[in-house]
Amino acid sequence: MNFSNRNLWPLFRFGDETIYITDTMRGTWIIMAVLIVLAVIVRLKARRFVESPAPNSFQNLVELMVESMDQMAKSNMGQELAPLGAYFFGVFAFILISNYAGLFGFRPPTADLATTLSFALNTFFLIHFLGISRRGGKYFKDYLHPNVIFLPINIIGEIARPISLSFRLFGNILGGVIILGMLYAALPVLLRFILPDALHFYFDMFAGSLQAFIFTVLSMTFIREKAVSEEE
Amino acid sequence: MDPKAFVLGMSALGAGLAVCAVMGAGAGQGYAAGKAAEAVGRQPEGRGVIMSTMLIGMAVAETTAIYGLLISIILLFANPLLGQV
Repeated sequence: MNFSNRNLWPLFRFGDETIYITDTMRGTWIIMAVLIVLAVIVRLKARRFVESPAPNSFQNLVELMVESMDQMAKSNMGQELAPLGAYFFGVFAFILISNYAGLFGFRPPTADLATTLSFALNTFFLIHFLGISRRGGKYFKDYLHPNVIFLPINIIGEIARPISLSFRLFGNILGGVIILGMLYAALPVLLRFILPDALHFYFDMFAGSLQAFIFTVLSMTFIREKAVSEEE
Repeated sequence: MDPKAFVLGMSALGAGLAVCAVMGAGAGQGYAAGKAAEAVGRQPEGRGVIMSTMLIGMAVAETTAIYGLLISIILLFANPLLGQV
């Protein structure tokens, strides 16, 4: 049984190392293609969206998704940062679809630390960029919060944030991949069609959507904590 | 005894022990869910906010369990100790 990220095709040589196209890269490209095609379809159809009390079902679905993400951004980060909801919609959609990739037989790209760490670092830079640009000196004062002695502890706490954010998503999805892989290896061929369904439902669909939700909500909460001052 | 076999066996033992970290997370999540059920019972209209707060808190509590799981996964599938034998 091999649960690691396989090297599929060699890409180029970098010094003594060969850089491969891995499972994660293939999965990421497929998911990106799916998302781009969906976005183009929605954009083309959006021209014919009308203001009406009874929109058709496609318009209804798109509006529901966009509005609920805007609502989430507004309630978690406040009115001023609500436009960030568009970015978090992309993050949420990518993580959700890549967590569902296990249902189609791919290795989920989120079962690779590189993917989750890059998302978490995006959040990390967003937190501190917004914090410095919106609050200036007050942002730095936060690090001395109860006392000057707490400065190293506060800095370590900030560094730990992207690590815990990425490891949470990575560990959840990788755990599901390993448990399902072991189950598939243990079952006889005919039973593989029936028994793992319940576990797929739990690990891919329930835990997958929950982790996508939690990643976005926690990112929003962290941004609010640093970029929105309490007096407002 | 073959040193490699000893390291492998001890790694498997350590992987099992590392997963003991999930005990605390399980107890904590159960406690959080119980408190959330109490809160919903007291204020049924606040169900949505209580649910999302509970899920976020549970996810944070779960991180410790995930660290234990990762240690055991590393010991089983990407053992760093085998290179030193």
